[in-house]
Amino acid sequence: MSIPTTVFRAGMVRGRSELRHTFTNFQDLWGYIFPAGVLLVVMLLQSSATVGATGFSLGASTLPGAIGMGIAFAGLMSVAGQLITEREDGTLLRNKAIPHGMTGYMIGKIVLTIGMSVVSLLLLLVPGLFIFDGIQLDAGGVLVLVVVFVLGMAATMPIGAVIGSLFSNPTSMGFVMLPMMGLIGISGIFYPLAKYPEWLQWIGQVFPIYWLGLGMRSSMLPDSLVTVEIGDSWRHWETFGVLGAWAVLGLVLAPIVLRRMARRESGSAVASRRERAMARMG
Amino acid sequence: MAIGIDETAEPHVTDPVIDVVDLRMRYGDKDVLLGESFTVQSGEVVALLGPNGAGKTTTIEVLEGFRMRSSGHVSVLGVDPGRGDEAWRARLGVVLQSWRDHSKWQVKELLSHIAAYYAPYATADRPRPRDVDELITTVGLTEHATKKVKELSGGQRRRLDVAIGIVGSPEMLFLDEPTAGFDPEARQEFHEVVRKLAANEDTGILLTTHDLSEAEKLADRILILAGGRIVANGTPAALSRQVSVDAQVTWSRGGQLFTASTPQASRFVQQLFEQYGDDVDDLEVRRASLEETYMAFVHAFETGSDADTNALDLSSREGADRSSAESKR
Repeated sequence: MSIPTTVFRAGMVRGRSELRHTFTNFQDLWGYIFPAGVLLVVMLLQSSATVGATGFSLGASTLPGAIGMGIAFAGLMSVAGQLITEREDGTLLRNKAIPHGMTGYMIGKIVLTIGMSVVSLLLLLVPGLFIFDGIQLDAGGVLVLVVVFVLGMAATMPIGAVIGSLFSNPTSMGFVMLPMMGLIGISGIFYPLAKYPEWLQWIGQVFPIYWLGLGMRSSMLPDSLVTVEIGDSWRHWETFGVLGAWAVLGLVLAPIVLRRMARRESGSAVASRRERAMARMG
Repeated sequence: MAIGIDETAEPHVTDPVIDVVDLRMRYGDKDVLLGESFTVQSGEVVALLGPNGAGKTTTIEVLEGFRMRSSGHVSVLGVDPGRGDEAWRARLGVVLQSWRDHSKWQVKELLSHIAAYYAPYATADRPRPRDVDELITTVGLTEHATKKVKELSGGQRRRLDVAIGIVGSPEMLFLDEPTAGFDPEARQEFHEVVRKLAANEDTGILLTTHDLSEAEKLADRILILAGGRIVANGTPAALSRQVSVDAQVTWSRGGQLFTASTPQASRFVQQLFEQYGDDVDDLEVRRASLEETYMAFVHAFETGSDADTNALDLSSREGADRSSAESKR
């Protein structure tokens, strides 16, 4: 077997193993089900409220945005968080000591993140289709959903890897979490972005979260709701364009930053992080 | 020595698997390595000893390709570790100190996964990877093969570290504090594994340890590193002879115990028998243990009596050891 085939296969095996680990672990499972449950309950409570003059349930209109947010969260925060943790605990160094182990590690991470995201998406979408009347997925909608999902993963995972490479201390994830929360606030997930001041709209539209939300809304909300969006349009081409641009940016940056980060990994680097972690835990 | 080892096997005198000449390392304005020179032959077990902070880990990390050196010539399996590619990496084994990585993986699952990466690098005389089930038996983890890594004890985890380090049938193996956390039995088994690797597979082995009796048992050659320099290089016996010229001779005669210190033990004993014949009993001739030797070298270094230690170069492998000549300068 050639080297690329071997590495690709090992990476896939790695991803599959890690998926099995995460789905057979109570704590991890709770981490998928709990947020989905909370979001669904909140949206149910919003059901009586309606979106503007459309008469459409506010809860139902929030669901696709929440799904888009979930993808961004998995791609950015979960990838960054895992990279930071696994650098600290020596997983990365272990892979660095294996021929092409870092490539296999990355392939595994991609498989794991996509798998986790699909499950998180289904945990919101499937109950949502039953609970909310307005949510509908026709063939065209499914196609848009799949394209936005794939582009969204490509746009967020490399950036998540870059973030994860820049911080070496798990406690610094807090610094990433705060701006992330702020960004969600101005990405039109829970409240239409069109109603914000224009300068905030511009900031929100720079980042992928808004477009992930918009793309998901366009795939499963009735066309009548387009009036809530900026420019009264689903703006598919802009969605693909912005997500695609982030993907290109990430795919250019990530290999450079990851290589630089990996080069610095050594036994003593892991040992000193271990000591710091021990001190942190008291 | 352990069963299954061909005791007549001597390390081949070929190109060294490790060749280090004047290795220097400097962090900011702090010099960590001040010009190390040494070699390791294939099939040779070399122990790198030294006080904490002497630069053992730095040295190993430079050789593993995990750290760039400041200057000097370094070659591992004929390749500069700073430029080593993945094919080179496949020929190396690194035993890392695990902490909690891959904690959700089962032992066999993890080993099989890592083993898969080595398959394309198999050669006629070196099949890669090693059979995983056999390897698990070798390191004594058979009953724990389906356990998760996080459920292993400290010692079991170290065995797994060793297994991961040798799963690719390395030509050169690095072990940093390999037996920390081992009980005596596990230590014994580990020594057997290492001796077999060196003897049967011609693997060059460089290990650091704080356990001097382990170094004495395991290593063909000892390097003592102090203050960023190699202050001693030779077989345990040769080093011990160098430190204490005198041997301790103890014997009993007529129920009374005697001790004498002599630079020429053989002649002393001969004279003893000539003088007292069969009256001599409980005869014991003892040279300095590696521990005493080590303390003497490190003490000499710390008190600055360089005159002694710089002159010491006792590599027993004539013709193979370019570093000997280098470190004399």
